[in-house]
Amino acid sequence: MAQDQNGRPSQLFRNLNAKVASLPMILTALVVFVGGTVWTVVYSFTNSRLLPRLQFVGLDQYERLWSTPRWLASIENLMIYGVLSLIFSLTIGFVLAALLDQKIRFESVFRTIILYPFALSFIVTGLVWQWLLNPDFGVQHLVRGLGWESFTFNPLYDQSIVIYGILIAALWQGTGLVMCLMLAGLRGIDEDIWKAARVDGIPMWKTYLFIVIPMMRPVFVTTLVIIASGIVRVYDLVVAQTSGGPGHASEVPAKYVYDYMFSAQNLGQGFAASTMMLLTVMIVVVPWAYLEFGGRNKRG
Amino acid sequence: MNSFKALIAASTVLGTLGMAQATDLEVTHWWTSGGEAAAVAEFAKAFDATGNKWIDGAIAGGGNTARPVFISRITGGDPMAATQFNHGRQAEELVQAGLMRDFTELAEKEGWKNFIRPASLLEGCTVDGKVYCVPINIHSWQWLWLSHKAFADAGVPVPTTWDEFVAAAPALEKAGKVPLAMGGQAWQRTGAFNVLIPAIAGKEAYLKVYQDKDEAVAAGPEIAKVFKAADDARRMAANSNVQDWNQATNLVITGQAGGQIMGDWAQGEFQVAGQVAGKDYSCLPGLGVNELISVGGDAFYFPKLKDADKTAAQEVLASVMLSPETQVAFNLKKGSVPVRGDVDLNAANDCMKKGLDILAKGNTMPDPPRLNTEDTNNQLNDLFVEFFATPSMTPEDAQKRYAEIIAAAD
Repeated sequence: MAQDQNGRPSQLFRNLNAKVASLPMILTALVVFVGGTVWTVVYSFTNSRLLPRLQFVGLDQYERLWSTPRWLASIENLMIYGVLSLIFSLTIGFVLAALLDQKIRFESVFRTIILYPFALSFIVTGLVWQWLLNPDFGVQHLVRGLGWESFTFNPLYDQSIVIYGILIAALWQGTGLVMCLMLAGLRGIDEDIWKAARVDGIPMWKTYLFIVIPMMRPVFVTTLVIIASGIVRVYDLVVAQTSGGPGHASEVPAKYVYDYMFSAQNLGQGFAASTMMLLTVMIVVVPWAYLEFGGRNKRG
Repeated sequence: MNSFKALIAASTVLGTLGMAQATDLEVTHWWTSGGEAAAVAEFAKAFDATGNKWIDGAIAGGGNTARPVFISRITGGDPMAATQFNHGRQAEELVQAGLMRDFTELAEKEGWKNFIRPASLLEGCTVDGKVYCVPINIHSWQWLWLSHKAFADAGVPVPTTWDEFVAAAPALEKAGKVPLAMGGQAWQRTGAFNVLIPAIAGKEAYLKVYQDKDEAVAAGPEIAKVFKAADDARRMAANSNVQDWNQATNLVITGQAGGQIMGDWAQGEFQVAGQVAGKDYSCLPGLGVNELISVGGDAFYFPKLKDADKTAAQEVLASVMLSPETQVAFNLKKGSVPVRGDVDLNAANDCMKKGLDILAKGNTMPDPPRLNTEDTNNQLNDLFVEFFATPSMTPEDAQKRYAEIIAAAD
C-alpha cells in the first residue's frame, strides 16, 4: 500500500470515511452560516433597498439605526424580557424538577402535562394568550363575572406592562422543557451523595443549593444556551400576541429586522439591525466560549 | 394491449395539444375579503372567456404580507405571469432591475393614454417613458364616514366639516359613544394623518412635503396645525379598542362611534349592512374642508417570462383587464372607480357620485405610495403608531421626528 512505502501514513487521510462523511456539514457551515453572515455584514454598509447592491455608504445605516426610537425600544424590551425570562425559566424549571424528583406518584402524568405547552408553536401560544389576556374575553372578564367588578388585568393593552404579558406566555410555553432538562440532570446525580448528605444531617434545601446544583453545571450551561438563543430570536410570539403594540411597547429586534428587510424594502437597514443582533450575541458568547473551551484545550 | 398503449399515446398528444392552445397564467394578488374575491372572479371569468386559463394565486394577510412573497418569487427566478401592486414606487426597483415587462407597444396600440383618467394614473405606471403596468381601479383615502344614529343619540346635528365634528365630540362622549373609530394597525394611523394634511394645510403643503420632501414645510406652522388636528383625533379615538379597519367601520355602522376616517373601500361595508348614503350615514370627501381626493389604487405588473406562449397571453390579459365591460363588472364589485372615463356608471351610489364629481373637476393629487418609498412609509407608520398610542407624546415632538423622516427621505 502507498502508506507502507512512504513509511508514515499521511495525517490528512486518517479516518478518511469519517472526514468524507462530515464534508457536507463542514461545507454547509462554511458557505451557509459563515458565508451568509459575512455577506450580510458587508451589505449592511451599503444603501441596498429592495435588491442588494454594492454602493457603500459607510456607517450611515448604523447611525440611522441607533437614532430610531423604535430600535431603541426594541433593545430595551429585549433586555427586560431576556433577563426576566432567564431568571424565571431557570428558577421555575428547577423547582418543578426538584418537586417531581421527590419520587411522587403519577410523575409521568405531571411531566407530560407540564411539558405539553412546548409542543405548541409560538404562534399558537401567542394566540391562546392573546385571548386569555384580552380584557373582554379572558381572565379579567372571568374575575369580573365572579363579582369583583373593579378587577383590572389587561397587560396587552397597557404600554408599561405589555412586555410582561408576553413574558407570561413565553414562560408557560418554555418552562416545561427546562424542567425536563433539569430533571434529567437531577437523575444523573449519584444516589450515594444524597445518602451521604442525609447521614451528615444536611437539610434538603442546602443539599440542593450547595451540592447538587454545582454538580449540575453542564446541564445548566446547556439550558442557558437553549434559553438564550430563544430569547434573542423571539419574534413569532410577539407578532401573534401584540404585533409590537400598543405603540412600540412590545417591539423586539428580530421584528425590526423583518419589517425593514421585507415590508419596508430596505435591505441595508435590516442587515445593519441583524448585524447588531449578531454582535450582541457575540459579546455574550465569545468570552463564555473562551472560558469554557479555551482552558480545557490547553490542558488536553 | 397495443391498442391500449396507442390510446395512452394519443391522449398524451391530445393533452399537450390542448395545453398549447389554452395558456395557464398564474396571477397573484392580495384580495381575499368577500367583495374583493368576487371582483377578482370577474377578471378570471373574462380571461377564461378568451380561451386561456386564470390560475388564482391569492395571498391572504394584506399587501404587507403579500408583497415580500411576490418580490422574493420574482427576484428568486420563479416569476408569476402577473401580479398586483399599488402603482408607484413599490415595484420601482424591480422595474429598474429589468425584471418587469415593458408594455409601451400595447399601450400605444390600444391608446391607453386616451381613455385612462386621470392621466396621473398612467404616469404612475411609467418609468423613463415606458409603461410597465396596467392600472385597474381608483381608490381614494380622503373620506370621513359619519353615523347618523350616533349623532341623533347624542342630540347634535350631523357635522359637515372636520371642525364641527371635533366640536361635537364631547356630546358624543357624554352619550357613551366613541367619537372617532380608528383601528390600531399602523397603516390606518398613517393614513388618517395623511388625510388630515390636505384637509387642514391644503394641497400645496401636501405636495411640498411628500413630493418635494421639503423639510422646512414639514417642520413649519402649516404642518403644526395638522399635528394639532391629529392630537384632537388621538383624543377622540382614545377608546376605540379595535384593530382592523372593517371592525372600526362596523362601530360607525352600528352607531357606537361617531365617525371614521377611511378610504372609499369602507363604502362596501355600509352597502353590505344595507345602509343608505345620506339617510343612515354621510360621507365627507376631504373631511368636508377641502374637496380633494388622492388618486391611487391597484395595478397589475407583468414579470418577464421565458415561455413565448405565456408572454403572448400576458398581452391578452392586459387588454382584458382594461376592456370597458371588465372594468365596470370588476369595479362595481370592488367598490372602486373604473380607470376608464368612457364607461357608464349609473349603478353608482351617492358617495361614489361625489367622488366621480371631484374626479371630473380634476381636484386630485397623487397618493403617498406614489410619492414615498416603502421605506419612508414604514418610518411614518412607526411614528404614527407610537403617536396615537402614547398620549404623553406631544404634537411638537412628533412633528420634529416627522420633519426628520421627510428630510431623510428620497
